[in-house]
Amino acid sequence: MTDLTARTELEPPPGVATRDTTTVGPRDAGRFRGSSVVKHLLLIAGALTMIYPLVWLLVSSFRPTDVIFRTPGLWLNDIYVKNYTEGWNALANPFGHYLVNSALVVIGAIAGNLLSCSLAAYAFARLKFRLRTLWFSIMLLSIMLPFHVVVVPQYILFNKLGWVDTFIPLILPKFLATDAFFVFLMVQFIRGIPRELDEAARIDGCNHWQIFSRMMIPLMIPALATTAIFTFIWTWSDFFTPLIYLTSPESYTVPVALRSFLDATSGSNWGAMFAMSVVSLIPIFLAFLFGQRFLVRGIATTGGK
Amino acid sequence: MSVISELSHIHVEHPQSDEDRRAQRKAAGRDNKAGYLFLLPWLVGLFVITIGPLLASLYLSFTDYSLIEAPQWIGVHNYTRMLGDERLHQALKVTFIYVFVSVPLQLALALAIAVLLNQGMRGLSFYRSVFYLPSMLGASVAIAVLWRQMFGTDGLINQVLRLFGVDAHTGWISDPRYALSTLILLHIWQFGSPMVIFLAGLRQIPAMYYEAAAVDGAPRWRRFTKITLPLLSPIIFFNLVLQIIGAFQSFTQAFIVSNGTGAPSDSTLFYTLYLYQRGFGQFEMGYAAAMAWLLVVIIAAFTAINFYASKYWVFYDD
Repeated sequence: MTDLTARTELEPPPGVATRDTTTVGPRDAGRFRGSSVVKHLLLIAGALTMIYPLVWLLVSSFRPTDVIFRTPGLWLNDIYVKNYTEGWNALANPFGHYLVNSALVVIGAIAGNLLSCSLAAYAFARLKFRLRTLWFSIMLLSIMLPFHVVVVPQYILFNKLGWVDTFIPLILPKFLATDAFFVFLMVQFIRGIPRELDEAARIDGCNHWQIFSRMMIPLMIPALATTAIFTFIWTWSDFFTPLIYLTSPESYTVPVALRSFLDATSGSNWGAMFAMSVVSLIPIFLAFLFGQRFLVRGIATTGGK
Repeated sequence: MSVISELSHIHVEHPQSDEDRRAQRKAAGRDNKAGYLFLLPWLVGLFVITIGPLLASLYLSFTDYSLIEAPQWIGVHNYTRMLGDERLHQALKVTFIYVFVSVPLQLALALAIAVLLNQGMRGLSFYRSVFYLPSMLGASVAIAVLWRQMFGTDGLINQVLRLFGVDAHTGWISDPRYALSTLILLHIWQFGSPMVIFLAGLRQIPAMYYEAAAVDGAPRWRRFTKITLPLLSPIIFFNLVLQIIGAFQSFTQAFIVSNGTGAPSDSTLFYTLYLYQRGFGQFEMGYAAAMAWLLVVIIAAFTAINFYASKYWVFYDD
């Protein structure tokens, strides 16, 4: 374990991509036109296999349940919207209620991660203070710590504070930079920003807070965007934490609501299940679609999950 | 507000000479107060949300605690109880199989596709998006629901097999022989995120190495084993460490596919699922804490082994 921290502190960790894209891999393809066609066919076949279940889920969500179990194809003769109306109203609250709950948790989590992780990252990347190396090593170790080892006492703590069945246990830790992965991501990013900029700002009389808030934050926008999008996707899909903390159907987020739907219908109304599954995936899909640039860059910067 | 006023105490004068600049550097070198203020939220989180609970769970692991009465010290009883807990052994077996089958397969596939895509393929960003998407969606309950249908007796997989003339009536998820394989497949399906990391790593390998090898007439496979693999080994290692740690903690998919039970015949009883059942189903918080600590020890051991073994195969180009 100490080996890890020593290595990571001394040199950029594996997986660090410099912002240099001039070195491109071998371009053999041009010399082997024939094999290039084969490769494309292979890749397209692979891509279709990968994506087929997702497209089938979307198409099937517009089919009655009995048709779903008979039709592997993707052609849609009639659009059966009843799945959506049924699914939307299948639980104690309309499904929109759970979407709003999820949105609230996600907004809180994003705000928390952006604020707390960028503050910590600035300290680690730019400030010299006692025990910095020690804290930095602990931060890296905490990325690897399984969440399950702290969940029992955390639950007891939040239970004692009367916060079970509120969104506080889902949001508060984000304001305390417990997603250390993002701290690391931002540290890596800040290390790529020339120090001369800080020094110039200091010479102009800026203090650390001003350097951080007026200069660093605007420069860190790509890293902040990566953090926001990953936080969005991971928090939106998170199942374990809301499963533990959210006890009343009123406070359910989308994944827990979906699960209770599965229980309530004991897996019989697949059409409606599929419809609400599609609804729950749309926000992630949109975040992926519009944020992909930042996801790819962010994951390349630190290694990612 | 006090944070901001504290931070603004640090002023820097305009440097006049080298000596002044050095003095200023020295002053700037002492950022103790500012450093700890910026770090404050993280420090509070570290102690209240991480280290505190970490120690508390160590203490609880030596107690009998059901949330209602105060914890009762029972020594190492929770740990000795593990020795005879057959469901725990089953959970360990299931989790080990899952980790050691799905992680290597997923990384191998990710590496293969990344190498293929890196050969100056047209449409790189399109393929990358398509392969990357499942790893963004895969952790969700919705995909687990889909998986449940797909691998059911009359699910999508059997329907497709029947199209090809196979009289398929296997309940992939209800048959204990196959249930875990469906979850392994789900893990492999999400190879996109390690693939993206590999692609970024491959782009760092200077093209001249390959050109030199091509001039020397090295065949393609040798170029892969002698150039690509060694230069990519730090990234393979990084992915391996993170994926193993992550796979040990898999939970959602097994929970949804088995209705939280680990069925059929505990064949999908992931370690964390069993921990959840003990802790939050039966409220045996002491036992759950002991299980969590065993998980930490296992993960730490495998991470340490990984780091030790890396000396023999990871190549650092210094």
